[in-house]
Amino acid sequence: MRHALAQIIGVLRRMFASRLAGLLSILVIGIALSLPAGMYVLLQNAQGLVAQISGTPQISLFLNMDAKTDDVDKLRKQLAQHPAIDRTEFVARDQALEQLKQSTGLADVIGGLNQNPLPDAFTVYPKHGEAQALEELRNELAKLSKVEVAQLDSAWAYKLEALLKFGRMVVLILASLLSLALVAITFNTIRLQILTQRDEIEVAKLIGATNGFIRRPFLYFGALQGLLGGIAAWLIISLSLLLLNWQLDALSQLYASQFALHALSPGDSLTLLLFSMYLGWLGAWLSVARHLSQIEPRQVSRER
Amino acid sequence: MISFNQVHKRYPGGYQALKNVSFNIAEGEMVFVTGHSGAGKSTLLKLIAAIERPNLGSVIVNNQNVGVLKERALPYLRRNLGIIFQDHKLLFDRNVFDNVMLPLQICGFDYRESHKRVRAALDKVGLLKREKSNPIALSGGEQQRLCIARAIVNRPAILLADEPTGNLDTEYAHEIMAIFKSFHQVGVTLLISTHDESVLQDTRVRVLALRQGELQA
Repeated sequence: MRHALAQIIGVLRRMFASRLAGLLSILVIGIALSLPAGMYVLLQNAQGLVAQISGTPQISLFLNMDAKTDDVDKLRKQLAQHPAIDRTEFVARDQALEQLKQSTGLADVIGGLNQNPLPDAFTVYPKHGEAQALEELRNELAKLSKVEVAQLDSAWAYKLEALLKFGRMVVLILASLLSLALVAITFNTIRLQILTQRDEIEVAKLIGATNGFIRRPFLYFGALQGLLGGIAAWLIISLSLLLLNWQLDALSQLYASQFALHALSPGDSLTLLLFSMYLGWLGAWLSVARHLSQIEPRQVSRER
Repeated sequence: MISFNQVHKRYPGGYQALKNVSFNIAEGEMVFVTGHSGAGKSTLLKLIAAIERPNLGSVIVNNQNVGVLKERALPYLRRNLGIIFQDHKLLFDRNVFDNVMLPLQICGFDYRESHKRVRAALDKVGLLKREKSNPIALSGGEQQRLCIARAIVNRPAILLADEPTGNLDTEYAHEIMAIFKSFHQVGVTLLISTHDESVLQDTRVRVLALRQGELQA
């Protein structure tokens, strides 16, 4: 156990001895990881926002301008009996105009109109939220008599959802490529280390070191470098979010709303660190497997 | 302890280093291998540590046929051998103490106990006061003794020394021979190669004389 500790201390000492090169590698790994991880954070935030806004989908039914009270009652009964509809809300045209005046501050403009341009309307809350079922329901409702237009209010949310899916794919591709880069960086770092420690490896083999013993410090080094790279990525993301939120604060005050980007969750942070540690370990492992077998103690002395 | 049975060794490229070599070394024996450069002394030692493999014949060490030993078993064979290399093979990125520590680290020896062992080995070769020095600061004779300390620290039953007095003046050479004799007295099996037969004059020891890869009667 103490010898393993001694090996780890040896690794740390070696890391410290070449700290500038080490810091650069860690920074490169950090930046490479912070790109996909940062995009992931933004996507998570966007998704949260979409879920918040489009919580329950609605269909707005705008009636013909010539619809009478009887027509409205008849329609209300039809809607109430429909199996796919949870509940409905009737918005009379006068009421709608009043709402418009209050909420948009366009009272002056609306006051200048000589007649109410708004139709009567129903807001329909469907029971099911799947995109296709909603589209079918909208088509069905559009065909009812006295209905001018049936509008699916959450359609934009579905479009955004599709866009987010696209974004997630971009993140996945980016993450795969940059993970590969991380493995390559570690591979090369370890290759250089093996070259500079050729003598030590050879001597160790000659006095009875197993391959495991020789491999271990390099694997520790790779995992540690990966972990530090992961921490660098985490810091880059956190700092960026801090700066972005600072700007968003000013922006959301102008819009009189509360909005802030959420940082990486503890679970996601842990995943990030473990993943980068694993990639570092993998790069080191591949490098050691590739290069260690090339160092065999053959020429023990110059004389035969 | 060590037995060669009609061993042939030919290097890639056709150089025949050993021809039909057979001998037995009993436990606790001290044996010298002599011969000119290129006579096959180093090859003989390398075959024992399985650094090279014979083309024909068998090399038996501790009842194991090392010529056919699997790669995975080699470390465990070598842990029972103390090897003193002609070119020392010391590590200059660490001090004297840590150089001697390496074999114990490799075996996973108890940490506290290993400190005592390292000091004992350094004391044996008279380098205890230099434990903090870098080996590069040591003289040729001291480097050779450091190499011996590293070879004996895990108390191997067999000690192999390749030209241990090769580049040393007579006084140092005798010092080192005296150290080997003290190991012989405590029952270690020793196999020492040398081209310098003057070190043999003052003792009656068994000699394997090699000439162009063949053992002389």
